[in-house]
Amino acid sequence: MQSFIGKRALASAVSLVGLVILVFFLSRLTGDPTNLYLPLDATTEMREQFRELHGFNDPLVVQFGRYVGDLVRGDFGDSIRQARPAMEVVLQAFGWTLRLAVITMTLVAIAAVVIGSLAAFRVGGIFDRIATFFSLIGASAPDFWIAIVAIVVFAVNLHWLPTSGTGTALHWVLPVAVLFIRPFGLILQVVRGSMISVLSSAYVKTARAKGVRARPIIFVHALRNAMLPVITVIGDQAAAILNGAVVIETIFGFPGIGKLMIDSILLRDFSVVLAAIMVSALAIFVMNLLIDLAYAALDPRIRY
Amino acid sequence: MAKHLLEVRDLSVEFHTAAGTVQAVQNVSWHLDRGETLAILGESGSGKSVSASAVMNLIDMPPGRITNGQILLNGQDMLAMGAEQRRRINGAKIAMIFQDPLAHLNPVYSVGWQIAEMVTTHGGSRGRARARALELLRRVGIPEPEAAMFRYPHQFSGGQRQRLMIAMALACKPDILIADEPTTALDVTVQAQVLELLEELQAETGMGILIITHDLGVVAEIADRVVVMNGGRIVETGRAAEVYANPQNAYTRKLIDAAPGKGAMPEERDRSDQPLLRAEGLEKHYGAFHALKGVDLTIMPGETVAVVGESGSGKSTLARAILRLDDPDAGKVLYRGNDLMTMPPRELFGLRRDLQMVFQDPTQSLNPRMTVFQLISEAWVIHRDILPRARWKDRVAELLTKVGLRPEHAARYPHQFSGGQRQRIAIARALAMEPKLIVCDEAVSALDVSIQAQVIQLLDGLRREFGLSYLFIAHDLPVVRDFADRVVVMRQGRVVEEGPVRRIFESPRDPYTQALLAASLDPDPAVQAARRIAREALETIPA
Repeated sequence: MQSFIGKRALASAVSLVGLVILVFFLSRLTGDPTNLYLPLDATTEMREQFRELHGFNDPLVVQFGRYVGDLVRGDFGDSIRQARPAMEVVLQAFGWTLRLAVITMTLVAIAAVVIGSLAAFRVGGIFDRIATFFSLIGASAPDFWIAIVAIVVFAVNLHWLPTSGTGTALHWVLPVAVLFIRPFGLILQVVRGSMISVLSSAYVKTARAKGVRARPIIFVHALRNAMLPVITVIGDQAAAILNGAVVIETIFGFPGIGKLMIDSILLRDFSVVLAAIMVSALAIFVMNLLIDLAYAALDPRIRY
Repeated sequence: MAKHLLEVRDLSVEFHTAAGTVQAVQNVSWHLDRGETLAILGESGSGKSVSASAVMNLIDMPPGRITNGQILLNGQDMLAMGAEQRRRINGAKIAMIFQDPLAHLNPVYSVGWQIAEMVTTHGGSRGRARARALELLRRVGIPEPEAAMFRYPHQFSGGQRQRLMIAMALACKPDILIADEPTTALDVTVQAQVLELLEELQAETGMGILIITHDLGVVAEIADRVVVMNGGRIVETGRAAEVYANPQNAYTRKLIDAAPGKGAMPEERDRSDQPLLRAEGLEKHYGAFHALKGVDLTIMPGETVAVVGESGSGKSTLARAILRLDDPDAGKVLYRGNDLMTMPPRELFGLRRDLQMVFQDPTQSLNPRMTVFQLISEAWVIHRDILPRARWKDRVAELLTKVGLRPEHAARYPHQFSGGQRQRIAIARALAMEPKLIVCDEAVSALDVSIQAQVIQLLDGLRREFGLSYLFIAHDLPVVRDFADRVVVMRQGRVVEEGPVRRIFESPRDPYTQALLAASLDPDPAVQAARRIAREALETIPA
């Protein structure tokens, strides 16, 4: 088990190094950020001084060498825009996104698993039809549109909820609700499909022959077996939010990592972009590891 | 009228499918009393499992529908009961075990939990359930029962898994045990042990056993009475010995005649010629598992050599090694004197057409998206020199006729055929190469007895016609007895005995061969009763 985690970590570290190199050089291709930060009437000397200060005058390779040297010492560089360590900026934003992802995905997982399982128990029944109808709408609805309509209805017209920002628990309601819809529709379909095939399996027949009641047949005998493909999709969707729910965060002015990344790319805040990419890559690695461990915990046939 | 323990009266069940309504069983009646064993005998599609599924309320409605009849448990009609009342009967009064215990045990829960669940489901406390589970594991002969409680189904052997199913079924001391093909997936020696266990448990508890089977040997070994089913109807019923000795119905007679293991065995043939194929010292490891431990084998032209052994004996590995589907780690395979192991790839490609294979499951070995014509003519696409394209159509028609199908079948897809017909297509495909040797890996094991006999006849006819040789991998001894010239007995990667078929069957020398033969079931209840007495006598002799 430990050697499995070690091997996975090593493989991820290799891809992380490649990613850093790629992003470093690609982002420099977008151009010189000097003009974005200095006022239009800044003198040539001031511009030159700015470049000198941030090291943009050196050849790219020298800049890269300096960056790697700093990295080794645990220094991820400073944000040009906020004039403080890039990692500090990124971790603050990541904290918001992590909370958003955990809250949303917990709600999604519980709702999709319970409703999907019950829908699978009587395929074609009224409950199944209603659940399938709404899950298909959810899985295919454009979330940016829902977000805007939700703001118009619940914030602007009804004044029930704030339009954007953070602060109170009410500020979380709209972003979580809108982010909830698509993964919920998708995962409900996966749960339903997986449960349908598991419920027709031989060991469920055995459970019926044993006289086991309907509820433990669904939630004890079938569900644990049906969860394996579901976990993969839950992980996928959670990773998508962690990577930055860019559109939703922007619409709701939510200070998460997706919004931070977009802003930093537009302003060529290179250190922040690189730090943000490293943090989300690490989050994805941890996420995948958790999925693999969940597999082993659910199915005794899987051992690492 | 006396009350039976369980009685099925005039039961009719139909299934509504996309293709229309299918009558699964019609007016089926049978009964089971305390302490007796009733067998329902039939081939696939005969409806032999349907009435048992109806008893257990396992028929999904829809698409199934019980259109007529009663199921009486101690005189009470179960079909008139509510779902909750039926559920309380399942497991507590009537328990069931199935054919494939690996698929029928939940893979993600420990076996101790699964057995205990039977008790807690029917109102027992957790502590009592656990104690009962441990007691049962011990009773059915699972080694290290305390540790076994916490193991999972995949950590047991096939025979042990069926013992686990039996332990689970007996947890609430049911009055009736329904066993649906309980030993079909098991090796012969394990089958004998499981049937013996069922008989012992019946003697201890006095339960009635309903056994559903396609195997006359199982009926002969264990059943008091037998119900023969065909096409959803009961065609004959009576005492097992009487039905076998004096079958009244034409279908029953056909079934008994088709049972293998009765024909005359061929004389020993002269083996002084140059052998067609000779394997020497074959070795194969899969990781730490030593699958072949220095195996030698000789096949003469026109000869059928059977390799028999139980699962894990290495018989399939041997077949794959000989064809170089899986390269062995060491050893030689000489085909007409040329070593296949050292042969350059181009030459080996040319020889491939001489060595063909027919697999166990034609559903998997035939590509479902290819027509029969494409399946058979593919050989000629690969080996271009066999036949010019203009003659393909005629040749496919000819081959189909040869294996007992019709030329117009060429345009169809595999799923449009029955299992036996599919195996004929696989044989036609092998013949298209005009091979010298066909390796049959359990090629008839998945087929019904009457179909099995036809396919064996077909293979035998083709041997005579084309002078083919067969390497016949099998676990079923009666089939081997009817078909093979020579028998090679394998165990744990080694050949333990080899010889002409008559010598092996009439005077086996190796103790393992003797045990295999003793465990194999004869369709004649009288023979089986005599064997049982002999077996018990053997067991009572102090070692």
